[in-house]
Amino acid sequence: MSTFYFIAFLSIFFSILVISAKNPVHSILYLILTFFTFTVHYILMNAQFLAIVNFIVYMGAILVLFLYTLMLINLNKESEPVKPFMVKFAGVFGGGILIIALVASLKSIGISDPVVLKNPDLGLVKNLGKVLFNEFLLPFEVSSILLLSAMVGAVLLATKDPKAA
Amino acid sequence: MGLADILIKFGLILIIFVISLVMAMYSTYAERKIAAFFQDRIGPNRAGPWGILQPLADGGKMFLKEEIIPTNATPFLFIVGPSLAILTACIGSAVIPWGQKMTIGGHIVDLQVTDINVGVLYIFGVVSLGVYGVMIGGWASNNKYSLLGAIRAASQNISYEISMGLSIIALLMLTGTLSLREIAEQQHSWHWNVLRQPLGFILFIVCAFAETNRTPFDLPECETELVGGYHTEYSSMKLGFYLFAEYINMFISSAVMATLYWGGYNYPGMDWMNGLLGTTWGPLFGVAIFFIKICLFIFFFMWVRWTIPRFRYDQLMDLGWKILIPLAIANIVLTGIGSTLLTHFGF
Repeated sequence: MSTFYFIAFLSIFFSILVISAKNPVHSILYLILTFFTFTVHYILMNAQFLAIVNFIVYMGAILVLFLYTLMLINLNKESEPVKPFMVKFAGVFGGGILIIALVASLKSIGISDPVVLKNPDLGLVKNLGKVLFNEFLLPFEVSSILLLSAMVGAVLLATKDPKAA
Repeated sequence: MGLADILIKFGLILIIFVISLVMAMYSTYAERKIAAFFQDRIGPNRAGPWGILQPLADGGKMFLKEEIIPTNATPFLFIVGPSLAILTACIGSAVIPWGQKMTIGGHIVDLQVTDINVGVLYIFGVVSLGVYGVMIGGWASNNKYSLLGAIRAASQNISYEISMGLSIIALLMLTGTLSLREIAEQQHSWHWNVLRQPLGFILFIVCAFAETNRTPFDLPECETELVGGYHTEYSSMKLGFYLFAEYINMFISSAVMATLYWGGYNYPGMDWMNGLLGTTWGPLFGVAIFFIKICLFIFFFMWVRWTIPRFRYDQLMDLGWKILIPLAIANIVLTGIGSTLLTHFGF
């Protein structure tokens, strides 16, 4: 349990650094560390497959793309857009409301009963595959169609207009 | 797990670590000798007999050179880059089964550091993490050539990871497991996976070349366009770590290819040989066979490097996205149809 608290502390610590870092590339690097702590969380819960997939997809692919895009953009102090007063005010206002909501939710806090899984090996590849392709087959297939349509849309946006060329 | 087991595990980790480093060291020597052979030269022959001490001389030179951190670089990330490169190169070997279980003085020794049930995915995760060393180092150097090299490395790795993953999926459909130990054991004697997945193997080896940044895919360090690519600003052992990481990666990817497709430590007639040599020397003979396979793959890496010229960048992207990915998907479909027909008609 103490491992959990330590890792949870690290997750929160790094995610605060993500938003407080001045340099966007440093932000991304802290985000990588945050995702790494998530991987450790999954391993603690014995969900090895989710852990490794989080590792490959989020740390290994999506954040590499983030970093890649940030490196391509010229992010200097001079080119940084100056935000108008109203935008800053709206940001502070929104953040304040979020804090109020979080503090209000503390009122009904209580220690929850730990969920005991019927099968502790639920997170292993074999069991996960069986669950995904039996009980949750329809949502699984629907989400794959969603991803496919997003991909087709991205390709369509990226190709040049044949009439303009 | 008793104390003896922990000590054995610790010793195994140490041995594998040392072997990886020595293999990488002597790969640099082999590369120079093979390059010399291909170009009708002699190659390094001054340090020791036949130049056999050349890697030690190179290492000593790397350590003793002046260390330079450019004024405009980000110092911390500049050091993190090569450290991350060498770290990710070294942790890949943890899940590779080096041999059958052997018995030494009553103890059963498992010649694999850990048999996690997602071993293939672990290798894949380590490979995808490897690009951060190059990207962070290239960005922290604060040099346009380094940055271009880093960006090339990132886009190349992402593109070829996809087809690499797809080629592995076809293999996993046949093996039905993600554990490298089980995959190796399924290929007993001559039942090597390359016989069932020839196209998958070709796709995998092309992607392995791209992931290790070897010629013809070494665009990130293309010296005719980018001076030295991502390691332009590096000197001393930090440069050495980048170069060294490439050779360790080559060793690990050769080991993975040998395990996944070429039977690992299995060879025809291994049962007869094991009966002859007993439970200690038999598995060790298998380990020797495994290392012969690895060395052949490393030789193949070098052979290609000194034979084939580098791609142009658009050709590289075309090959990755327009040829390898469709081929890999076709391979998955063919494997699915083939295995269904085989089970249906009960061959």
